[in-house]
Amino acid sequence: MARIIVVTSGKGGVGKTTSSAAIGLGLALKGHKVVLIDFDIGLRNLDLIMGCERRVVYDFVNVINGEATLNQALIKDKRVSSLSILPASQTRDKDALNKENVGKVLEELGETYDYIICDSPAGIEAGAMMALYYADEAIVTTNPEVSSVRDSDRILGMLASRSRRAELGLEPIKEHLLLTRYSPKRVEEGEMLSVEDVEDILSIPLLGVIPESQAVLKASNAGEPVILDTESDAGKAYQDVIDRLLGETVEFRFLVAEKKGIFSRMFGG
Amino acid sequence: MALLDYFLRKKEKQVTTASKAKERLQIIVAHERNNRNKQPDYLPQLTEDILAVLRKYIHVSDESFSINLDNKDGDLNVLELNIELHDEQKAD
Ligand SMILES: Nc1ncnc2c1ncn2[C@@H]1O[C@H](COP(=O)(O)OP(=O)(O)OP(=O)(O)O)[C@@H](O)[C@H]1O
Ligand SMILES: [Mg+2]
Repeated sequence: MARIIVVTSGKGGVGKTTSSAAIGLGLALKGHKVVLIDFDIGLRNLDLIMGCERRVVYDFVNVINGEATLNQALIKDKRVSSLSILPASQTRDKDALNKENVGKVLEELGETYDYIICDSPAGIEAGAMMALYYADEAIVTTNPEVSSVRDSDRILGMLASRSRRAELGLEPIKEHLLLTRYSPKRVEEGEMLSVEDVEDILSIPLLGVIPESQAVLKASNAGEPVILDTESDAGKAYQDVIDRLLGETVEFRFLVAEKKGIFSRMFGG
Repeated sequence: MALLDYFLRKKEKQVTTASKAKERLQIIVAHERNNRNKQPDYLPQLTEDILAVLRKYIHVSDESFSINLDNKDGDLNVLELNIELHDEQKAD
């Protein structure tokens, strides 16, 4: 049985696509068969972050409408052969997706893949609903900031009431908190909610803390998910997320501000 | 007066903007969760009444009937009735 994982948030621009790309690639690097689905119909971006934008021929909506087979639409990652990407359409209307036709696509993918990662659009409308409906697990991507935390809580409400698991009275979706764009320095200065603050409010298990990092922009510029930048703080933090998803206990890193030593202060490190 | 600054700054930490943010979030999130989970008191009676009316006309078993009050996104409430009609009960 494939694990269906939705990367969701409510609020836009918090790092869902960045995280989907890093997590999908990270799991594939561990030898798992992974498919990444872009649910952001009309605003596809996952292809760009994955660096496969020029290889998009058919998309999710083409598959739904029977204009292409899944195999025609899936793009095999050039770096890791066990990873595929199903791009969103760029122009078609959002109403193309419904529970029934999405369910069919997921079922077919489930025959081949171990992990189905769904990159959700922002908001709490139909698009976000479709992305989370079939999920077994949810990675609730949150920035340490008031509106993002509040929206994450609303998404938690939807996971608990509007998902397939909720409607059928099955075991609830397993929820994970992924705190992104975290600045330990600002937390220490009292300007930013801390990991503990956000955990206190949302009360779901912490999967990872990704620091605010220049490596993320570099990675998206290059179309190389940041987890490939193994020297970077964000890359390492996403690697820890992978290990935790696979059941390991890994200590949290990058939670305290780096103390600048005399040398880096002198040489402006 | 670096030393004095240091102590003053320590004291300021008690009312940082982050702690204000946390406090506000705790209140609003608790409030919104409460609204999400609240089923109005009249719902059980309403269910009984609707079923009684339906049963004047058609046979409805408890299993083929469901009622649900859904809070869509904060301010919009939707009352959803699901009644399964079997062939022989379709209105003619
Ligand atoms: N850890 C990070 N450090 C610095 N910048 C980041 C980090 N994570 C994400 N970003 C930046 O934040 C922006 C939004 O990221 P991303 O597109 O992943 O968010 P999203 O939640 O998918 O957005 P949308 O809701 O529009 O789909 C991007 O410019 C990205 O480079
Ligand atoms: Mg996105």
